[in-house]
Amino acid sequence: MTTVAYPAPTPAPAPAGAMAVRRRAFWLLARTEALLFFRNAGSVVWTALLPIVAVVVLGIVPGTRHASRSFGGLSPLQVYVPILMMYVFLMAAVNMLPAVLSSYREKGVLRRLSTTPVPPGRLLGAQGLIYLGLGVVIDVVILVVATVCGAPAPRQFGGFVVSLLLVAAATLGIGMLITAIAKTERIANALGLVTFFPLMFFAGLWIPRDKMNVPLRTISDYSPLGAGVRALQASIAGHWPPTAALLVLAGYAIVCGFAASRMFRWE
Amino acid sequence: MSVPVIEVERLRKQYGERTAVADVSFSVNEGEIFGILGPNGAGKTTTVECIGGLRRADGGRLRVLGLDPVGDRSRVVAELGVQLQHSELPPNLKVGEALRLYSSFYERPADWRELLEVLGLGPQAGTRYGKLSGGQQQRLSIALALVGNPRVAILDELTTGLDPAARRDTWELIESVRDRGVTILLVTHFMAEAERLCDRVAVIDTGRVVALDTPAELTARLDVQQRIRFVPSVPIEDSLLSELPEVESVSRRGDEVLVVGGADALAAVAARLARQGVLAHRLRVEQPSLDDAFLAITGRDEVADPGPRVRPLRHDR
Ligand SMILES: Nc1ncnc2c1ncn2[C@@H]1O[C@H](COP(=O)(O)OP(=O)(O)O)[C@@H](O)[C@H]1O
Ligand SMILES: [Mg+2]
Repeated sequence: MTTVAYPAPTPAPAPAGAMAVRRRAFWLLARTEALLFFRNAGSVVWTALLPIVAVVVLGIVPGTRHASRSFGGLSPLQVYVPILMMYVFLMAAVNMLPAVLSSYREKGVLRRLSTTPVPPGRLLGAQGLIYLGLGVVIDVVILVVATVCGAPAPRQFGGFVVSLLLVAAATLGIGMLITAIAKTERIANALGLVTFFPLMFFAGLWIPRDKMNVPLRTISDYSPLGAGVRALQASIAGHWPPTAALLVLAGYAIVCGFAASRMFRWE
Repeated sequence: MSVPVIEVERLRKQYGERTAVADVSFSVNEGEIFGILGPNGAGKTTTVECIGGLRRADGGRLRVLGLDPVGDRSRVVAELGVQLQHSELPPNLKVGEALRLYSSFYERPADWRELLEVLGLGPQAGTRYGKLSGGQQQRLSIALALVGNPRVAILDELTTGLDPAARRDTWELIESVRDRGVTILLVTHFMAEAERLCDRVAVIDTGRVVALDTPAELTARLDVQQRIRFVPSVPIEDSLLSELPEVESVSRRGDEVLVVGGADALAAVAARLARQGVLAHRLRVEQPSLDDAFLAITGRDEVADPGPRVRPLRHDR
């Protein structure tokens, strides 16, 4: 830095109007956050690549397409597709989002934003939007691969979409609650993992729900992803998802989201 | 002078039981570089965070460009650029992306590419924040505070952690920002920085303003002793100088004689030596600096916690 002169600013273009500026700022914020997501190889592998590879492998291995007694009369592919679809949302909302947001809080990124015309809440919005969009895109890929490989397409499609969106809302609520509770990025990471494994367990990742004993299955019914599996499997089979399952999902979204909004700290 | 750009009246702020700012008042005029000086924990950051609307004051009155920083938040943020003390960016965000993003927040932003050049960050436009040096990160932070074309800028400890060359570059930069008409509120615990840059300085200690003046006045007002060191050309008795009314004490370190006295001590000592035909070799006189003024005002022996990498510029004693 040899010449340090601060020249008169170049004439600014006419004010674009507050609304237009705000909208543009939000999209640029979301774009930048998406860019940062893709620059993090770990996030991309765990949230996007892994489930796609998994569904492709399930689809290619011949044995997994056929109905099996040990999977309650469904094919392994059929059992795992909803779980994989929910995995994407859970991974993004519970393991990625809290770590990113609490590191932003720790590093003062949120505070820096509060000194600008763009309040830090917009950053939360942008992050939520990215993970929602990411989940939807990956899930479409999973669904297409699965269908091509012979899994039945969801016959109650409306119910399927509603269930999946409720899964997205519930996991985002849980992720925001973790973000609110965790004081540091390390704590957020730890809480994310501690939440992730039990939820995947009750979704039936290791023991399919049909194989669970009654107490486990009851817990699963009241767990967000257990309820999610119920709702998704029902709509794949052509029924409207059970109200109880939808209520459980909505309950997690509302209760966790509300608690998070009360407990959230910007610094 | 017109309406002050920043007005702080009897500001008070507590964190639970702990009072961070007890009673702070000052006002900053347009075009001024105003310094807030004080040891760590004095309440400087809390004061400027209240001014910037990041914290709600518990008492007193605050105005920025005549607006309430909390109540008129949306209008204040458009005119005020803030560089916070502890504030980083995502490590994978590139310099150019950060400036472009932050410039999109404002209705009349500065040209961020130009700002990049001005701050000497042009070659780093494609570099990720995490790969920048400390000085480059600070300059980016200044750039982000200026990218909205603010009328007022608050800069909190922006040279802490910089090496002396980077610090001097930053000082030049701040002067040129001021020359453009931006009013600057500068928080620092470096005396040299305040002495060099500030038109006026408020010294804050334990949440109160203990002095407010120009750096020159703060120094001059002090009745601080002169310290005169020299090596006499021929041996002299201590009493030769200690009997002078202007001299308080005489001591020796090897060949060197150290004379401590009031404002007129140098003249008296020089006259006495001349009359005796003694030459004073390697003569050095230490004048009181803002550093000394600060110590006298706050009664502190040391500027607390000078930061991890650098120590404040202090005079040899
Ligand atoms: N967020 C906070 N919560 C509680 N105490 C705080 C907080 N921030 C600062 N303090 C305390 O308030 C006092 C003033 O701090 P600060 O304004 O940061 O001082 P300075 O910037 O002059 O070093 C210190 O005693 C500090 O420990
Ligand atoms: Mg501070």
